Amino acid sequence: MKADNYINATIKGLPSNEALSRVIVASFASQADPTFEQIADIKTAVSEAVTNSIVHGYEGEEGEIRISCRMHRNILTVEIEDYGCGIENVEQARQPLFTTNSDGERTGMGFTVMELFMDKVEVYSKPNQGTKVIMIKRLMAHSEES
Amino acid sequence: MTTELKNRILIAHIDGELDHYSASEIRRKLDREITGCSVKHLIFDFSDLSFMDSSGLGVIIGRYKKIKEKNGKVLLVCNKAHVDKLLSVSGLKKLLGVNKTVEGAMKQIKEEKKI
Repeated sequence: MKADNYINATIKGLPSNEALSRVIVASFASQADPTFEQIADIKTAVSEAVTNSIVHGYEGEEGEIRISCRMHRNILTVEIEDYGCGIENVEQARQPLFTTNSDGERTGMGFTVMELFMDKVEVYSKPNQGTKVIMIKRLMAHSEES
Repeated sequence: MTTELKNRILIAHIDGELDHYSASEIRRKLDREITGCSVKHLIFDFSDLSFMDSSGLGVIIGRYKKIKEKNGKVLLVCNKAHVDKLLSVSGLKKLLGVNKTVEGAMKQIKEEKKI
């Protein structure tokens, strides 16, 4: 059995780094030999969490985002943390279609997508301190499928 | 992204990755074209799209509102499993319908015009 593994990365919270954040986590996850669908799910969920940090956590201000991945057996745990404005009411924020953005271009589907595409999502947030999203997904190797 | 206009149908071929970063440019380009009276319907062609997150859903819904004001139709073309999955869970697949090809979407608009 493979030994446990981890990676920690801190990136600048720029929209142009959204793609990079997805690639970092997807590359790390690939050691478990996941399916294409699982990789796509992980990339989408990471993109939602990082975009939330940039758009809502830092609201266009500069800030850092910490990305931490752990692999234990074939269980992937991804943490996305920012040190921005935080979420006042996490329960409300997790409701489908809830958005604080009024221009109609944000759909309020971010947390819903994370929940649908990962096995488990935990959100910890404190106003003015930041938000941490922990996402867990069991990866089934290609060879286990069918 | 490249666009083409055929019979007042704007076809937007969106390639690469559609996320929050790329969405603003795509939105700006599309809105510039939609605003003119030469466009009535819109087809989003995601055949060459390699990634999309909920920012892409926002792009579709935002343009849908504008096209609806002109009594036009918005149709989606998608043959990628992961893009299809996102369109399904968001309800957009049910609302707008998904075609496998641009030709299929064009045909659907033509046929609905006759009714």
